[in-house]
Amino acid sequence: MIVSWLEGVARAARFAGRVLVEAVRPPFEGRETLRHLYELGVRSVPLIAAAGFAVGVVLSMHTRSSMARFGAEALIPAGLAIVLIRETGPLVSGLLLSGRIGAGIGAELGAMKVTEQIDALEAVAVDSFRYLVVTRVVACVVALPLLTTLMNFTGMLGGWVAESIITGMPIGTYFRQAFQPIQFSDLIPATLKTTVFGFIIATVASYLGVNTTRGTEGVGQASTRSVVASSILLIATNVLLVRLIQFVYP
Amino acid sequence: MATEGTPAVELRHVTKRFGDRRVLDDLSLVVPAGRAVCVLGRSGTGKSVMLKHIIGLMRPDEGSVLVEGEDVTALGPRELARVRQRMGMLFQHAALFDSITVGENVAFPLRRHSKLPPREIRERAEALLADVGLAGEYEKMPAELSGGMRKRAGLARALALEPAILLADEPSTGLDPVTSGEIDRLLVELRDRTGATLIVVTHNIPSARVIGDELVFLHEGRIVAQGTAGELDQSPIPLVRQFMQAEGAG
Ligand SMILES: Nc1ncnc2c1ncn2[C@@H]1O[C@H](COP(=O)(O)OP(=O)(O)OP(=O)(O)O)[C@@H](O)[C@H]1O
Ligand SMILES: [Mg+2]
Repeated sequence: MIVSWLEGVARAARFAGRVLVEAVRPPFEGRETLRHLYELGVRSVPLIAAAGFAVGVVLSMHTRSSMARFGAEALIPAGLAIVLIRETGPLVSGLLLSGRIGAGIGAELGAMKVTEQIDALEAVAVDSFRYLVVTRVVACVVALPLLTTLMNFTGMLGGWVAESIITGMPIGTYFRQAFQPIQFSDLIPATLKTTVFGFIIATVASYLGVNTTRGTEGVGQASTRSVVASSILLIATNVLLVRLIQFVYP
Repeated sequence: MATEGTPAVELRHVTKRFGDRRVLDDLSLVVPAGRAVCVLGRSGTGKSVMLKHIIGLMRPDEGSVLVEGEDVTALGPRELARVRQRMGMLFQHAALFDSITVGENVAFPLRRHSKLPPREIRERAEALLADVGLAGEYEKMPAELSGGMRKRAGLARALALEPAILLADEPSTGLDPVTSGEIDRLLVELRDRTGATLIVVTHNIPSARVIGDELVFLHEGRIVAQGTAGELDQSPIPLVRQFMQAEGAG
């Protein structure tokens, strides 16, 4: 039981290693990668933008009530910006996308597996791993930081809307106050760590997708398990990454 | 590249197990270049598994599989891709790529492996579709086709690169007798025109008589009878004779 579980983990790790090796080895499947960047990235924009806005509104209400307690209302925009950019934006977009993208990749590759489309690709002399898996992982790695940045932005927008309803603060003032204390070390490492989230989401979902068995039922399982496994792994990895970032930028 | 006299396909003592079950059991078969072989046998005897071994989608537990003299079980991915470009495979359930149109399915191998300009690729794909009686279906999605139409589109895709070796898994199953006869003629014509080697799995005895220079009867993972249709008609094995008499089947 434990042995077979460890074997599974080892297989998944080898799969992930192979993704890394193949991702940097030409020739690249540029067209497919762009197609996935559109499917996985551009089409996630509404979800991420809307969620970011809502998160911004809610966080702003929380920061207002805590800051007001200390009479520090002037710090509200900056407080929100730090919370959002350093942690909430990356983590929330990572988890949302592990739902949308993870489930999608798991189901799509799972369906291709059980209907022998992956075999058919191999039969026409196409490397299915590079064509199906590497392209999705690369697209996801590129998309995550961009979508996170979008979420940070719509989150701040939501924060300003909530603030302006109460105090009527103009948007220019709000953003100036928000970004004034933000430093390179708040923004860049936190945003770049989402490339790791992107790698985890697409790799886990691809692994479960291409190893799907047992027909339609298996496809559903691959999809569900992709979301669960990539979310858990993402949360755990996040702890390590935050620790690492704090170590590098104390 | 095959030299004079090298068989197109050769299976040497191939054994394949799934769990405890020996699906292929010390199976040996030689298919000379340019010959049309029909593979018969009851459902579940390993006919599809045998085809997947020939194109390297499955690896034997024991024995070897030679295609034009090269052991496909020992080839790396790149060499295997080179060998596969000389083959075409029609899958039992067609295995069309369901995210692209029927026409793009047929054009796919050409886009990947030929240097033809896009317009010519499209023309060729349209001509191939017309050959299998699907003229004008280029823009349809695979899900919009009937089972028999999908099968024929799968055949057109398998023929796209003018394969030296065509593996066809039940090309006429699910087709009416007239269409089935047309597919038989298409396969015979292909062999006569290009000298291709055909390995055709079929339950359709009349079409096996038309296509096959040689018939191979598989039972419980072994070849129990091999010869011309006339020879199999006289087989001492009752099951084989029973099969040959079931004219209407398929
Ligand atoms: N990937 C697989 N994993 C496990 N068992 C398999 C796999 N593929 C095939 N089998 C088993 O191998 C046996 C032979 O299967 P195969 O598909 O070759 O039969 P077949 O002769 O093509 O039958 P049919 O005429 O119904 O298509 C079956 O018992 C099947 O359950
Ligand atoms: Mg079969």
